[in-house]
Amino acid sequence: MTIAQDFTLAELIIVAAAEAWRGDGELLATGIGPLPRLAAGLAKQTFAPGLQLTDGEAYLTSEPVPLGPRGDHRPKYTGWMPYSRVFDSVWSGRRHAMVTPVQMDRWGQANISALGPDFRKPKVQMLGVRGFPGNSVSHKNSMFLPSHSKRTFVEGEVDVVASVGFRKETWPANARPDFVKIGIVATDLCVFDFNGPEHGAQVRLLHPGVTFEQVQAATGFPLLRAADLAETPPPSEEQLAIIRRLDPHNVRARVIKDNPPGIRTAA
Amino acid sequence: MNKEMSLKSVAGELRDGMTIGVGGWGPRRKPMALIREILRSDLKDLTIVAYGGPEVGMLCAAGKVRKVIYGFVSLDVIPIEPYFRKVRQEGTLDVCELDEGLLVLGLRAAGQNVPFAATHVGLGSAVMTNNPEFKTVVSPYDDGQELLAMPAIKLDAALIHVSRADRSGNTLTFGPDPYFDDLFARAAAKVYVTTEELVDSIASENAEEMKSNLIEPYLVNGVVETPLGAHPTTSHYGYGWDMDHLKAYAATAGEEGGWQIYFHKHLAGDEASYIESVGGVDHVRNLPIPTF
Repeated sequence: MTIAQDFTLAELIIVAAAEAWRGDGELLATGIGPLPRLAAGLAKQTFAPGLQLTDGEAYLTSEPVPLGPRGDHRPKYTGWMPYSRVFDSVWSGRRHAMVTPVQMDRWGQANISALGPDFRKPKVQMLGVRGFPGNSVSHKNSMFLPSHSKRTFVEGEVDVVASVGFRKETWPANARPDFVKIGIVATDLCVFDFNGPEHGAQVRLLHPGVTFEQVQAATGFPLLRAADLAETPPPSEEQLAIIRRLDPHNVRARVIKDNPPGIRTAA
Repeated sequence: MNKEMSLKSVAGELRDGMTIGVGGWGPRRKPMALIREILRSDLKDLTIVAYGGPEVGMLCAAGKVRKVIYGFVSLDVIPIEPYFRKVRQEGTLDVCELDEGLLVLGLRAAGQNVPFAATHVGLGSAVMTNNPEFKTVVSPYDDGQELLAMPAIKLDAALIHVSRADRSGNTLTFGPDPYFDDLFARAAAKVYVTTEELVDSIASENAEEMKSNLIEPYLVNGVVETPLGAHPTTSHYGYGWDMDHLKAYAATAGEEGGWQIYFHKHLAGDEASYIESVGGVDHVRNLPIPTF
């Protein structure tokens, strides 16, 4: 394995986000959006061969399907996964999705539905809750947020609870202790999880050139330092080669504003 | 039995205040010719149930809708349907926003003639607070778990677009994903199908192809031949969505009187003039089916 010298922040995040699926065994892995999808593909091609991926539409494929126009690439199909079977998979628990909420709060609750205090007349109608309520109480979910700020990681509660979090007073009677399972949250600044005391948010990895204080200043709720807090490891040349193959049109360059390099000088 | 109908005669069977389910998924396989006929009609106060695409925005823009029960309303590449967003932000629309899977469960319960489906989905989320009429039940077994009793979503009518059909109500739906058209049909008192191709009989020695027949013909009340009738949405394997058209349509939502401009440009005439107005038959037939 050769450590890469030249890589973008998006590539660093893809490698870090792929770790979400480590140890998952065999299940349906769904990365929604370019970086999560590349992360799932990278995980499958390296350390998580049991992940089942789709073509982004309705078929399981033997290998991750590259993003965008496929040219001569012909996917090889191994199964059928129309939406009805996606829901069956969701409800069975044998799925781990990585999604991009617009807001998250200290409880790990997430919102993609609408902004503003009045749901009957939202300031901004967004996507609706889509599959988030069911996903969040059925299987593990990880998140990728491209712009870590107090607007995304809010001080109070998210405007619309699309994904259920660890605010246990909202949980139903006799819920399983693991009613909600959150994997990792990868951002343009760090990787954190909700595995601190009482499901507190704790920073696990800081991207090169980013300080804990900088992350805390950009977060609306208190963060903890994980005992093993470290710098996000750089991609290897082998990982970068896989990412380039899965993203031949360089869609990843358009995900984070200005496509910054992976190693930033401290502000 | 000959179930062939015209767009006008189907629209004539619908009534103000009905709950109408629309098959398809976002900008995919929507019975748009029938939606256009409703847009030309006097129908009003409809409750629309859908994995919504342009049909929901258009019906809202035209003032036909009282309430929308939805898993989402999206044009995919245009993530939020522009007229739906507009009426939502104006606060004039009654909505039941559901988890996508809850819509499956509600339709399935209706088709199974049970009052609700028990599920974890929705618990702890805004689905409960935004739909205060939703109630929970406690498992009568030892686990004692509290579950959402997702109410059955009964439809007065379901509108569905298929690839091929015959006058007896046999249908074939091609494409990678049947979505939930079967559940919409089973939840509905009446089912009206628009089809790319109407044949005397779909009967074939190819049994494998019959896996594309999603619903029994006894569920189907009317069949309308509407070639290109899903435009501007995708109809497998005939043509892809018309994203240029959808973008132009979306842009009108930001203009003063935009809906009237769109209506007069595209909808004021019949289906033949609609297809001409969007670029003609060859243009639609050549729209590529997108990959992801």
